[in-house]
Amino acid sequence: MDADRISRSADRFVTISDPIVAGIERGWIVHDASKLDRDLHVEADVAIVGTGAGGGVAAEILSMAGLRIVMIEEGPLQSSTDFHMLEREAYPNLYQESAARKTKDKAITILQGRTVGGSTTVNWTSSFRTPPATLAFWRDRYGLTEYSPELLAPWFERMERRLDITPWQVVPNENNAILQRGASGLGIPTAVVSRNVKGCANLGYCGMGCPINAKQSMLVTTIPAALDRGAVLVHHARAERFSLQRDEISGLVCSALDARDQTTLPYAITVSAKAYVAAAGAIGTPALLLRSRLPDPQRRLGARTFLHPVVLSAAAMPKAVDAFAGAPQSIYSDHFLYANRIDGPAGYKLEVPPVHPLLMAVTMPGFGVGGAQLIGELRRLQVILALMRDGFHDDSQGGTVELKRDSAPVLDYPITDYLWEGMRRAFLTMAEIQFAAGAKSVLPVHESAWPYTSWKQARAQIAALPMEILLARVVSAHVMGGCAMGAAGRDSVVDGNGRHHLVDNLYVFDGSVFPTSLGTNPQLSIYAIAARMATRLAQTLGRTTRPPKV
Amino acid sequence: MRPFTRGEFIQTGLAGITLLALAGCMRSNTYAGSPFDDNGYRYRVLSGGDRELIAAVAGAMLAGVLPSEPIAYRAALVQAVRGVDVAVSGLPPGVVDEVRQLFGLLEFPPTRGFAAGVWSSWTNASGSQVASFLLRWRFSGVTLFRSGYQALHQLVMAAWYGGPASWTRIGYPGPPIVS
Ligand SMILES: Cc1cc2nc3c(=O)[nH]c(=O)nc-3n(C[C@H](O)[C@H](O)[C@H](O)COP(=O)(O)OP(=O)(O)OC[C@H]3O[C@@H](n4cnc5c(N)ncnc54)[C@H](O)[C@@H]3O)c2cc1C
Ligand code: SF4
Repeated sequence: MDADRISRSADRFVTISDPIVAGIERGWIVHDASKLDRDLHVEADVAIVGTGAGGGVAAEILSMAGLRIVMIEEGPLQSSTDFHMLEREAYPNLYQESAARKTKDKAITILQGRTVGGSTTVNWTSSFRTPPATLAFWRDRYGLTEYSPELLAPWFERMERRLDITPWQVVPNENNAILQRGASGLGIPTAVVSRNVKGCANLGYCGMGCPINAKQSMLVTTIPAALDRGAVLVHHARAERFSLQRDEISGLVCSALDARDQTTLPYAITVSAKAYVAAAGAIGTPALLLRSRLPDPQRRLGARTFLHPVVLSAAAMPKAVDAFAGAPQSIYSDHFLYANRIDGPAGYKLEVPPVHPLLMAVTMPGFGVGGAQLIGELRRLQVILALMRDGFHDDSQGGTVELKRDSAPVLDYPITDYLWEGMRRAFLTMAEIQFAAGAKSVLPVHESAWPYTSWKQARAQIAALPMEILLARVVSAHVMGGCAMGAAGRDSVVDGNGRHHLVDNLYVFDGSVFPTSLGTNPQLSIYAIAARMATRLAQTLGRTTRPPKV
Repeated sequence: MRPFTRGEFIQTGLAGITLLALAGCMRSNTYAGSPFDDNGYRYRVLSGGDRELIAAVAGAMLAGVLPSEPIAYRAALVQAVRGVDVAVSGLPPGVVDEVRQLFGLLEFPPTRGFAAGVWSSWTNASGSQVASFLLRWRFSGVTLFRSGYQALHQLVMAAWYGGPASWTRIGYPGPPIVS
């Protein structure tokens, strides 16, 4: 890596002002529940649980409409001052279950944020509109007639403007460039990713919290805007359950967590509001509703939770790749998403992940000298990932959120043969692309694989790999669904405006409302859909908001 | 990187250990007495027995990675065991319970023998015994054992590769300086 160049370009940011520190000095109302010494009661017009993509957008729009807002977040309030680009700090501090959340059978590792800003504080900034084919499926199957590219366009435009989402102009880092070169050598089209960044120094540490506030996450955009309008933030506070009185929520009970977010303190946090917005993310929102024992006659709650399950392929390149440096995702290919019908054999999107030592070491197969040699080649490692589009085929029903004995959630997600078949094709695609880009060897990330030295060898060996859990490494950073929206209560939990079908003043504005997966990275879909839903809620509550400019 | 054959790649865990043993780096010598009277640090979660287990597992998992000189080797191993303690203590209580169950299964002599095939204590187990236990679990037909292997792998790797001590060997320059 040209370390010099990076520190030089970062020199422009020598004095990094921290908008959170500054806001607190200006007098934001922020309660750190881990420091409580008595019970806390908060009243507001709208209570929002979770401060990620959905919660952040809702907080800004509702507070701009003049409503009194309280935000409840189970994670800590950390900001650029705390972001040191160190994996060993970031994963335990900013991620659910130290970035080691697993599905019930331990077959899939799930990355989700748990901090103010939610997953947007740690995500990789790739921004895509909801694919038209996905929206068409929702209109056909779920009666979501207003979910068309045309009707959503103003909401996408609004959020793209708000979060500085534009195609990445800088030359892709070598990790991404290899995807581009290998694919184009095989005639597979690729394109440039759009990112939500402003003044990005191309550092590559988005996953550990952006140290210079270039990433336009909820932490530095919508949440400060809401706090500037007098919204209240309570962090280290876990929403435990809603109280239901007749058809309405009458209050929200939260617990205060200690500074390390593990044990609960003996103080009660209660919230009363006119309307309640659950935005605790997929898994989090269904879990909250399950704990609240809300009516769910068709047992839809928590069902059909999707992951875009990811498989990976690691190549040893002849020269340094330094995939830990530079914007993590700048090139992608949707070619294999649309090779078949959306409800046909599993399609997949190709991207690359950033390659940092800890995450790579836990992800790569093997141990001892074999494993050591792989990680020893960190600088020459190039990794491609394939995210499988789940939820469109009868044999891809996703997973189900359950509550454990201690009422913490767990996702039971069986990987079906339908998905395994797609994953095997994806291993082949990725290996072929890597060899086309000049890889010395390619290792499908699977315990029974080893670094193959030719495409011919790889093709034969991948065809024979046992596609089984806890042999193939499967990960996910895109949890969606579990509180599906739809026109009818038969197959959904909320309506197209995010309003609960059976509980009058309860709304869900986050990634859990998707009735299927998206087939693309979710953040922009959540921003736009939450903006639309929040604007309608403001109107319902008698407030007007600026309609998005068309 | 020199190309691997399948056998080599999968077996190197084992071979590496044997080589280390032959090179005269005898774990049992390094550990005369109680191996983890690690006074420099207050363990949050790991019991004395857990530390012996993790030291044995980390020695095998990180074969070829840890320094071979005995004092440096022991210091690195202590770092890895502390790292695992930190990692486990950051997990939610329900998950910590699961980890404890796994450690319990591996520490209770009868289950350690039957499930892991290790009949001596972890401190006295040879490197190759530990490595063959890990290989057996890694490819076991029983998914529970495979997930146990994955959990150990993840804990040890996270503990080791999270720290700068591991970065020189792999060429990782560490994060850039921004302020
Ligand atoms: C490492 C990583 C990389 C990613 N990269 C990209 C990318 O490049 N592009 C993209 O589009 N998407 C990406 N994503 C996914 C994207 O960030 C998420 O899909 C999106 O943020 C989800 O929004 P959400 O509002 O549904 O939930 P989240 O953003 O996850 O927010 C939910 C919040 O609710 C809180 N919460 C949960 N339960 C409770 C409770 N009971 N009480 C109080 N608070 C609670 C959580 O702590 C969290 O802060 C990435 C995700 C990760 C983890
Ligand atoms: S690459 Fe990511 S972490 Fe680095 S400056 Fe840009 S947005 Fe921030």
